[in-house]
Amino acid sequence: MPLISRGFGGRRRRDVDPARVPPGQYVVDDFPVLSAGPTPRTSIADWSLTIEGAVDAPRTWSWDQLQALPQETFTTDIHCVTKWSKFDTTWAGVSLDVLLDEVSTEAAYLTAWCDGDYTTNLALEDVTDGRAWIAHTFDGTPLDPEHGGPARLLVPHLYLWKSAKWVRRLILTEDDEPGFWESVGYHNHGDPWREERYWGD
Amino acid sequence: MAPRIAWRVATVRAVVEETPHARSLVFEVPGWPGHRAGQHVDVRLTAEDGYQAERSYSIASAPEDPDVVLTVERIDDGEVSPYLTEEVRAGDQLELRGPIGGHFTWRAEQGGPLLLVGGGSGLVPLMAMLRHHAARGSDADARLLLSAGREEDVLYRDELGRLESAAVHITLTRGAPPGWTGWTRRVDAEMLRAVGPAPSAAVRAFVCGPTPFVEAAADHMLALGHAPAAIHTERFGPTGG
Repeated sequence: MPLISRGFGGRRRRDVDPARVPPGQYVVDDFPVLSAGPTPRTSIADWSLTIEGAVDAPRTWSWDQLQALPQETFTTDIHCVTKWSKFDTTWAGVSLDVLLDEVSTEAAYLTAWCDGDYTTNLALEDVTDGRAWIAHTFDGTPLDPEHGGPARLLVPHLYLWKSAKWVRRLILTEDDEPGFWESVGYHNHGDPWREERYWGD
Repeated sequence: MAPRIAWRVATVRAVVEETPHARSLVFEVPGWPGHRAGQHVDVRLTAEDGYQAERSYSIASAPEDPDVVLTVERIDDGEVSPYLTEEVRAGDQLELRGPIGGHFTWRAEQGGPLLLVGGGSGLVPLMAMLRHHAARGSDADARLLLSAGREEDVLYRDELGRLESAAVHITLTRGAPPGWTGWTRRVDAEMLRAVGPAPSAAVRAFVCGPTPFVEAAADHMLALGHAPAAIHTERFGPTGG
């Protein structure tokens, strides 16, 4: 039995389906910003995305080349480890399935590397089969730099720190190598439904 | 594999009214493993019917303080902060989990110079650093630039006024009292240059506040020549509650 907080009633939101809220989360209507350092600002003229590491041959896409690939628009709920969740966010971008199809690899993991030197690690099985995108558009408009523009990784079934902002390189690796937050106390996997927030969860 | 961070029962020892909108809650937390200045905790509240709400709050106290102090600013349409800032009283218990966060932290061993830039209640984790700096008798050059609305909105105002271990600069953006000799505008590059130290001094900078404040301050610091990797940021939005 949890400790009852004397005098706490709470404010349940009638408009929120509790089955859509992972444990420990609450639903917001705005779009909070979290990042560990200053916001990098890379112009699309200088932007490129590279898949490298444990691949037969690296592949690089310019901004225009990325736009020429098949695009998907999708609506999803997102969950931040700082406890807010946001429902029905609409994004557009390129599925990682499309990009990973262009390289040959035996790797089982990747490290996303970003402008500003942020990194995060993911198992390939978490970013394939329609579960991850390079997203460049939010709600029909180009993604703001503070939300990760020009383009960010989006892996909505994991806590949002895995959806690396300002992503530029996907480095495929045979071993799982903890990234920035994963090295300083945050869970290696980050499934909100299993509440994998911190080390040891 | 690290052990799971436990939920602990915390007992309110004292409540300190800091400003008209914020108060500090002084907790006794048996088994508290200690923290680093800049870290935060998760707070969990449970209603009689089992409904729970969780939020994260920065720790205001130094690691040297045996109590864990959280300073909470009331968000009018929030769910948890009105309870913590109005209802809670000494003797109440709630659940805490932490400490959490390993990036926005400073230990005296890391040295300085230290540049702390806070907007509003973004001062809280920076205050933990200043208190740690003072408690340890650190000789690291430490400077605080705080942006607040009015003078009565300044958290820990008396303590900041007495602080001798660090240089304290305050700018009031919504009106200054008669005789105020400090700044009265938003943080800008010229203000940051005046506060110093120069980027060439290999400054460790920590910036905390609402998102627009952090974005602007960090951009000004980059423009002055501070290294991106030297600028640690922590943001909070109007969300929260």
